[in-house]
Amino acid sequence: MMAVSDQRATTVTSVPWWNDRRIRAVLYQVVVLAGVALLVAFLVSNTLDNLSSRNIATGFGFLSREAGFAVSESVIPYNPADSYFHVLIVGLLNTLKVSVLGIILASLIGTVVGVARLSRNWLVARFAAAYVEGLRNVPVLLQLFFWYSLITEALPSPRQALNPLPGVFLSGRGLRFPEPVWGPTHAAMGVALLAGIAVAWGVARWARRRRERTGQLFPTGRVAAGLIVGLPLLAWLFGGAPLAMDVPELRGFNFSGGLSVTPEFTALLVGLVLYTGTFIAEIVRGGILAVAHGQTEAGLALGLSRGQVLRLIVLPQAIRVIIPPLTSQYLNLTKNSSLAVAIGFPDLVSTANTAINQTGQAVEGIAVIMAVYLTVSLSISTFMNWYNRRIALKGAR
Amino acid sequence: MTGLATASLVAASISFGSTSAALAGTTLDAVKARGELICGVHTSLYGFGYPDEKGAWRGIDIDMCRAVAAAVLGDDKKVKYVPLSAQARLTALQSGEIDMLSRNTTWTLTRDTANGLNFTGVNYYDGQGFMVAKKLGVSSAKELSGATVCVQTGTTTELNLADFFRANKMELKPVTIEKYEEVTGAFLAGRCDAITSDASQLAAIRANDTPNPADYVILPELISKEPLGPSVRQGDDQWFDVVKWSLFAMVEAEERGLTSANVDAALKSPDPNVQRILGVTGDLGKGMGLDNKWAYNIIKMVGNYGESYERNLGMGSKLQLSRGLNALWTNGGLMYAPPMR
Repeated sequence: MMAVSDQRATTVTSVPWWNDRRIRAVLYQVVVLAGVALLVAFLVSNTLDNLSSRNIATGFGFLSREAGFAVSESVIPYNPADSYFHVLIVGLLNTLKVSVLGIILASLIGTVVGVARLSRNWLVARFAAAYVEGLRNVPVLLQLFFWYSLITEALPSPRQALNPLPGVFLSGRGLRFPEPVWGPTHAAMGVALLAGIAVAWGVARWARRRRERTGQLFPTGRVAAGLIVGLPLLAWLFGGAPLAMDVPELRGFNFSGGLSVTPEFTALLVGLVLYTGTFIAEIVRGGILAVAHGQTEAGLALGLSRGQVLRLIVLPQAIRVIIPPLTSQYLNLTKNSSLAVAIGFPDLVSTANTAINQTGQAVEGIAVIMAVYLTVSLSISTFMNWYNRRIALKGAR
Repeated sequence: MTGLATASLVAASISFGSTSAALAGTTLDAVKARGELICGVHTSLYGFGYPDEKGAWRGIDIDMCRAVAAAVLGDDKKVKYVPLSAQARLTALQSGEIDMLSRNTTWTLTRDTANGLNFTGVNYYDGQGFMVAKKLGVSSAKELSGATVCVQTGTTTELNLADFFRANKMELKPVTIEKYEEVTGAFLAGRCDAITSDASQLAAIRANDTPNPADYVILPELISKEPLGPSVRQGDDQWFDVVKWSLFAMVEAEERGLTSANVDAALKSPDPNVQRILGVTGDLGKGMGLDNKWAYNIIKMVGNYGESYERNLGMGSKLQLSRGLNALWTNGGLMYAPPMR
């Protein structure tokens, strides 16, 4: 017996180093890492060689040169005398604008439709199903073309613009509506709005603590709505209730004055929201179905209404299932916004593409686009992961 | 394929592609070995480069591809046409995806230098103009302040447009779309008051894409010089020469009165110039690494510059563009070939 165990011991210790699992694991990683590093070094040096042998200028120096081309819409002031860097920022802000609005609207539509698909009302459920199945299975690029041509072809020219409300004009050039003439009162209203939100948040916190302590309910929703709407309204009344509006007017080729939403932006937003909304609806439906039916029955047995069961019991549990796939949809929507180039909305890709074409610096331009999308995507998923951890069941492993 | 996808591919192919592609002399050898010329052309621009009802490529830029194929391979049909968007064209040439670019591309200093291209000459002298619907009642480009203008991205047009409105202190609202067909569509749908492009291209849109050409008017101002011509990659002098002299041979043939119809008879011409051009005497082709029959093949298979112009842009086409600047220098135009000797 002794001999056998001795033999075993010697077998274990006499394993050569190249057969040791731990050493091998490290070794493989070192080899792979070195391989990747070599590949990157090869690509970079080969790229530089090829660029210089073809006399193509390299480097990011072009970013400070004058861009020289006009952009149709911009969040910040821009004119063609500004630099390429400036025009790329314009494109980035346009991308962020459509992405943020798109994420908010797609979440709303997705939640409503996802719940509606589970409705016991036959018509509501069928309608939601038709929307989801209809739009989910058509490529989003085609949908963008569809909405764009619908807007530009079906709507009349500016001179025959539809006038559904006083001061509001709808034509093939987009939607124009009156803009308040900005003054100090409006700034005060902004401050009042922020104050209203802050106080409402405090009230909601206090009401929850009180409910947890005493079990008494407090009409948080109504009080918060009153604060958020009421405080700015008070500020407006005290500021002398200014009503001056900048109403759009037909002048020359098109309307001037007021605020406008262009067909390109509208088509992109509608296309992205309706498309991504279908996926979010399915995620919401899956999340709700993942909550055991016993929870609903228990809630109903306690005398809660169906709405209360959904809002207080089912959705808070479903959201833990919903968040991870929802993150992917937010990322998809942001990345799909780059299809804007097809319908003429000046997003990041569109402006960077033009910069690439005017300067010929494709490698640098693509590097900028990739770096920006990587940053935006990682920011979204970092935020969503943080939120996911925050709402996770504490202590449940 | 979107412009981004193309640009990414190009960026990738510049990274992975072998350095040798850009070495002197290799493009000609590569084309000969392949037995086919790869020519970058427009996706569909009437008169310049477009597939006809039967799917055959036609246009003055297509004739340029055919001429080079005839000179190099002795057969004008040995061409693979690669339709490229305005966005994709320059990088497609840079990366070696195509042997030459023949796609109404404006010769500019930046493209000739920093972009790594060499322009081999001009096959159409153009200028940028504006087209509007007649019912708008506009008669001059100077009246376009505040107008919405449709324009294609990735073009010199886009820069000239911004320059023109800035110089004249006019307000510009551009609608910038990547694909030629989508830009035209947006204009015809009324999304824009005006569309801007090279005047020849506007004529092509009016003749071919509008429901009723008489409803549209091309404004008189030309706001830029747009010399359009074929281009090759920098760093391959031999190939540069081949494409350059293929174009010159077509111009020279017109000046000498050589056409696809009479070129066989001209082989017996006593004129020593004609004999040299057609390769009956001398070694003009050898110097470029071509057969001495190179120019004969171009004239026989494609025709001279004037023939190409008439059938694609002139009175033999829907566009009915007069020769203007594109007439031979002997007729007051700018078309001029250096001596072929």
